[in-house]
Amino acid sequence: MNLFTILISTIFVKNYVFAQFLGICPFLGVSNKTETATGMGLAVTFVVTLSSVITWVIQKTILDKFGLQYLQTIVFILVIASLVQFVEMFLKKSSPNLYKALGVYLPLITTNCIVLGVAILNIEQKYNIIETIVNSLGASIGFAIALLLMAGIREKFDFADIPKPLQGFPIGLITSGLMAIAFLGFYGIV
Amino acid sequence: MSAILVPVVVLGGLGLLFGFSLGFASKAFAVETDPKADEIRKVLPGANCGACGYPGCDGCAVAIAEGNAPVSACIVGGSSVAEKIADIMGTDAGNVVREVATVLCQGDCSKAKNKYAYAGLRDCRAQNILAGGSKACSYGCLGCGTCVDVCDFDAIHIVNGVALVDKEKCVACQACIKVCPKGIIELVPYDNEVVVKCKSNDPGKVVRKNCSIGCIGCQICVKNCPENAFSFENNLARINYEKCTNCGICVGKCPTGAIFSGLEQLKENVQ
Repeated sequence: MNLFTILISTIFVKNYVFAQFLGICPFLGVSNKTETATGMGLAVTFVVTLSSVITWVIQKTILDKFGLQYLQTIVFILVIASLVQFVEMFLKKSSPNLYKALGVYLPLITTNCIVLGVAILNIEQKYNIIETIVNSLGASIGFAIALLLMAGIREKFDFADIPKPLQGFPIGLITSGLMAIAFLGFYGIV
Repeated sequence: MSAILVPVVVLGGLGLLFGFSLGFASKAFAVETDPKADEIRKVLPGANCGACGYPGCDGCAVAIAEGNAPVSACIVGGSSVAEKIADIMGTDAGNVVREVATVLCQGDCSKAKNKYAYAGLRDCRAQNILAGGSKACSYGCLGCGTCVDVCDFDAIHIVNGVALVDKEKCVACQACIKVCPKGIIELVPYDNEVVVKCKSNDPGKVVRKNCSIGCIGCQICVKNCPENAFSFENNLARINYEKCTNCGICVGKCPTGAIFSGLEQLKENVQ
C-alpha cells in the first residue's frame, strides 16, 4: 500500500472517531468551541505521532529482541504518559490560555484510546517506520477534523431551536451518530 | 531467572529514562509564579465570574499581586476578601461600598402595555431584534429572562413579567448587566433603598400612554429633595447615590410610583 493511500484511508475511510470509535471521550468533551478543539487537535497530533514513532522503535529494538511482546501495553502506556506530561509542561509554559481551556482533558490524552490504539495497530499492521509516521499523522488529522467539524456544529446549537429533552449532550450524541453515517460515504474510495 | 530479570531491567530502565527526561523538562519549562498571587488566589471566591474584568480568579490574583489592580478588585468577595488581600499585600483595604445589580423597570404585565403579542424564542436579545420587543415602551424590561439564564448565583428572577434582583444573593458580577439588550440593569449601592426605577427618555405624555409606573418627568422629586440629590436630563430623574440619605420624601411625592423604595414594594409583592 503506498503512503498516500494510507494517509487518505486513515483520515477519511478508517477515521478513528467515526469508523473505529476510538477517542470518543475528548471528541465529545472538548468540542464545545472551535478554538479549544483546534488546540486539542494539535496536542493529540503531537502526542500520537511522536508516541507512535517512539513505541515503534522500542517495539523493534527492545521488545522483539528480548521476546517481551507481552510487555507491549504497559511500555506503550509509559511512553504515552510521559509524552503527555511533557506536552502539559510545554503548554503551561508557552500557552497558558490554551492550557486552561483544555483543562482536565489535557492529562486525559494519556487515557485517550486513540493514542494507544494507533501505536498498537501500527505494530499489528507490520508498518515500517515511514508508514508508521504517515499512519499516525493521518489518524490524528482525522481526529482533529472530526473534533473541528463537531465543534463547528455545536457552536450553532446555541442558535437552534432544540427540543428541551434533547438539549445539550443528547443532541451531541445524535449529531455524532449522523456524522459517523455521513463518513460511511467514504467507503469504497480506497 | 532471566525470564524475570530481563523484563524488570527493561521496564525499570525505560521508567528511569522517561523519569529523568521529564525531570529535566520540568526544570527547562518551569513557570515562575508569584507566591503572593498564589496566596491571593486562595482567598478569592473562585467563582471565575469575570466581574473584575480579568479572565477568572487566577488572572485577577496575578493582576493584584503585580499591583495592576486594587486590593478591592474582586467585587464578589466584597470588603471581607479585600481585607484579607490587603493583609497579604501589606496595604490598607479602604472603604469598599457593596453594590448590587438593580433592574430599572417596574412595568410588569399589569402596568405596561404591549404593542404586539410575542411568540418567538424565549430570549430578550431575540425579542429585541423584532421592533425593539413587544413592550409599548421601548426602554422597558422584556421579561424573557435572559438575565436569569446568565446569573450564576440564582439572584435574579422574573416576577410578573419583569426581572427582579434578590439583593441578598446578588454579588454584582455584572453578568446580567452585560447581557441585557435594553441596558436597564445598573449597579446601585446595597444600602440605597430609593431608586428611580425607570429608564424611559420619552416625554411624559408618551410614558403615561405606555405604562402606569414610569417616570413622566414632572420633576416633583427634584424640587422636593432636601439633599439636592436629583438631577434631571432627557425627561428622566436620576439620583446621585452619594448624596441620597434614603429619607423617602421623593417616594411619597412621586405621582406614578416610579421611584422605588425597596422594602415596602417587595412586601406588597410577597403578599
